Amino acid sequence: MVSYLRTRLLGMVLTVLIVLVFVFFIARLAPGDPAELLLGPDASAADAEALRERMGLNLPVPVQFLSFLGQLLRGDLGTSIFYRQPVLEVMAARAEPTILLTLMSLAIAVTIALPIGIYGAYRRGGAFDQGAVAVAMLAAALPNFWVGLLLQKYLGTDLGWFPVSGYGNPDASIWERVQHLVLPSIALGFAQSAIILRFSRASMLDVLGDDYIRTARSKGISERRVVLRHALRNALIPIVTVIGLSFALLISGAVITERVFNLPGVGSLIVGAVLRRDYPLIQAALIVVAALYILVNFLIDMIYLAIDPRVKY
Amino acid sequence: MSAVTASATHAGPLRVLLQNRVVTLSIVVLGIFAIAAIFAPYLTPYQPNGLSMRERLLPPSSEHWAGTDELGRDIFTRLIYAGRVSLAVGLGVAALASVFGVVLGILAGFFSRLDPAISRLLDAMMAFPDVLLAIALLAAFGGSLLNLIIALAIVFTPRIARVVRASSLVVRELTYVEAARALGVSTPRILFHHVFRNITSPIIVQATFIFAAAMLSEAGLSFLGIGIDPSMPTWGVMISAGRQYIDTAGWLILFPGLAITICVVALQLTGDGLRDALDPRIRKSI
Amino acid sequence: MHTSSPPLAPPTLEVTALQTSFIYKRFSVKAVRDVSLRLERGKTLALVGESGSGKSVAALSLMGLLPPAGRIVGGQAVYRQADGTTHDLARLQRRQMRRLSGPDLAMIFQEPMTSLNPLLTVGDQIVEMLLTHERLSREAARKRTLDILRLVEIPAAERRIDDYPHQMSGGMRQRIVIAMALVCNPALLIADEPTTALDVTIQAQILDLMRRLQAELGMSILFITHDLGVVAEIAHQVAVMYAGEVVEQAEVGQLFSSPAHPYTQGLLSSIPHAMRKNPEEGRRARLNPIPGSVPPIHALPEGCTFRPRCPHSEQRCTLPVTLETAGPGHRTRCWKWEAVQWSTRH
Repeated sequence: MVSYLRTRLLGMVLTVLIVLVFVFFIARLAPGDPAELLLGPDASAADAEALRERMGLNLPVPVQFLSFLGQLLRGDLGTSIFYRQPVLEVMAARAEPTILLTLMSLAIAVTIALPIGIYGAYRRGGAFDQGAVAVAMLAAALPNFWVGLLLQKYLGTDLGWFPVSGYGNPDASIWERVQHLVLPSIALGFAQSAIILRFSRASMLDVLGDDYIRTARSKGISERRVVLRHALRNALIPIVTVIGLSFALLISGAVITERVFNLPGVGSLIVGAVLRRDYPLIQAALIVVAALYILVNFLIDMIYLAIDPRVKY
Repeated sequence: MSAVTASATHAGPLRVLLQNRVVTLSIVVLGIFAIAAIFAPYLTPYQPNGLSMRERLLPPSSEHWAGTDELGRDIFTRLIYAGRVSLAVGLGVAALASVFGVVLGILAGFFSRLDPAISRLLDAMMAFPDVLLAIALLAAFGGSLLNLIIALAIVFTPRIARVVRASSLVVRELTYVEAARALGVSTPRILFHHVFRNITSPIIVQATFIFAAAMLSEAGLSFLGIGIDPSMPTWGVMISAGRQYIDTAGWLILFPGLAITICVVALQLTGDGLRDALDPRIRKSI
Repeated sequence: MHTSSPPLAPPTLEVTALQTSFIYKRFSVKAVRDVSLRLERGKTLALVGESGSGKSVAALSLMGLLPPAGRIVGGQAVYRQADGTTHDLARLQRRQMRRLSGPDLAMIFQEPMTSLNPLLTVGDQIVEMLLTHERLSREAARKRTLDILRLVEIPAAERRIDDYPHQMSGGMRQRIVIAMALVCNPALLIADEPTTALDVTIQAQILDLMRRLQAELGMSILFITHDLGVVAEIAHQVAVMYAGEVVEQAEVGQLFSSPAHPYTQGLLSSIPHAMRKNPEEGRRARLNPIPGSVPPIHALPEGCTFRPRCPHSEQRCTLPVTLETAGPGHRTRCWKWEAVQWSTRH
């Protein structure tokens, strides 16, 4: 257990390091001089040179990378050029809608897709199953901003059920804010459900063919119990993995969905940063998201410990 | 228990592929899209950027099959021309990602000293969400059609590289490859003759899925206004531009959305079909 | 060891002309074409055949455990409870089948490594069986589970009851499967190659255990195997299956000494002669001694299905064959059975 954790954590640190190198060089590749960008077009050459010196941009690249690492370790991910604030603060101020959006759409996707996938697998090849597979294929093929726009028009503008866009007034209650997230969450959750449905169906199909399911049936217990107690728990193990891996997809979707619904979240922030060439912000966002992804997948490994007695790290 | 082998076992992959009516239909659909893209100028009397102030926001009619947009441009014409760009992006990304992926995958699979570094790199790349990585790369490269293709190709490279790495690990252990090595056949020759031939099927399947995913990503990026010059019509750009007319002229976003969806569904079905047809294990179990 | 006595009580299980097919969209496969069996109360009937002969499908048909494509398309399988009530297992509703599974019918499977749920403790899996069929408190069920674990000779049962399957060896797991099958005192136990996946020493222990449990609990056993060495050790009656049909059924001594079907004869002749005196020796011999192989089930020859491999075959064998009586309780699907028996003796 301890030695497993050690290797696992070491692996994580290595991956994070590669992520950092990657991000560092992406930022280096960018056209334009960071100091000039930071100072704006009116600054003099001397001022820019002074700032370059202060930012360490004149140092050799490996040294720059080390000081970049040092700053990271102190929790300093840089200063946004546009907002003139530490990037972490900028991101933290925009985190809430993104976090709520991803959680709500994941919840929607799981509640819809998991039961459908499982029931479809149980009634394999039936009308319900074939319909579900077809819808999942369609859900994976629809551009999610397009779905968002259609939801906006039909459920928002035409029927008036939910707010069409934005995140409410700055002093809006949490209830109001959540209402603003309903349509975005449906749009994002729909795309997500396609993957979860396909995997839960496949995983359940796999498990239903296993020998111990036949053993369970031979005991004369109810079908309900065979499916829920014996099959589902076993099928959940790969499903949990996929939910973890689909975290990246969820973030990709959030970036676009936030733009569709004008949500002031991290996704919109990143797109804005790209359009404004706010490199420190882009760089920090990449690091935070990648670190989150690595963390989520680590947590999922820990979940295995809880649900699978065979896993003893 | 007794099982019976289906006649499918004896047919070639192409026969198996075309036996499936859904797959056949998908290939036909893709063919129509490809022909439309190639012969775009001959298929429509209009220009993609032909403005006509008198014909603004017209609904679909016999003259303008998909209506006209806010500048009086024929939407059907623009759909065909946009298809050129969207399909070119999909195809370009799939091809380029395959090249990158094959190189990395074979290096990792065949040279065990390089494997840890490459595998870690692929892990790290998978930690970035597709769209986010693509926009970061575009922010660094600057936006252009070529850079968009390169950026998306980098994003999708790990998908190919992982498959190739796994296959070449298997192939490396095969006796005939070991025998070839023992006989002193040079490594590049082994790579080409044995490994590459064995991994083409999984690459083709993955590339089909990447084609679809790249088209969706391109549409998303164009919608965000990142990557492609908005004056160049792509399906994503058309939706993005049409969004303000959604209440009055829904056809502006309806048709490009349908075009993307149909194309992606057809690609995915083809990919599924290819996988079933090229994977002998699945074929045997019917 | 086994004497042939006329059946006094009606049999526990009487299968007549059972047929099971796998029905797919474009074609179907007749896996079981004609199986008739008779299993006396408290006795063991071995169902012997090569893989692909349909013996496992026949067993699954009886338990209502066929995979989705499988369907019983003909015949009957009458199970008789101790009080004389009869049930046709071939026509039972799912609900009725569930009520019988456990207290009346139970099954042991071939693969001890995969036939237990990896996520539940072995105790839980046995307790579940008890709680489904008997009104018991959890504690009482656990106590009964401990008892049955001791009965199947699980060492340190109080401790092992909370183990997960992966913490046990193959032999131990098979004991768990047996314990689970027996915990509700079934009248009929179907064992599908229960020792095939185990090594020889463990195999002997499990067979011993089953024999002892049969003596103690008095159940009837339908024992499916491809291993004649095992048959000699455990069975009272033997039925031999070939290409979906029972080709011969007899009392075990009778079958071994004077087989009346050329297939049975071929099976026996492949085993070292010492086997009948020393079963340990014979157990190692596997079936597949006869030239040629079982015909694929979709391309069966006309008439006798064994004809292409049979040394006795002649023109008449292309006609349909019926079951002939070759002695008391001895039936064979070969019209030349007398010639076959004669050739064994000489």
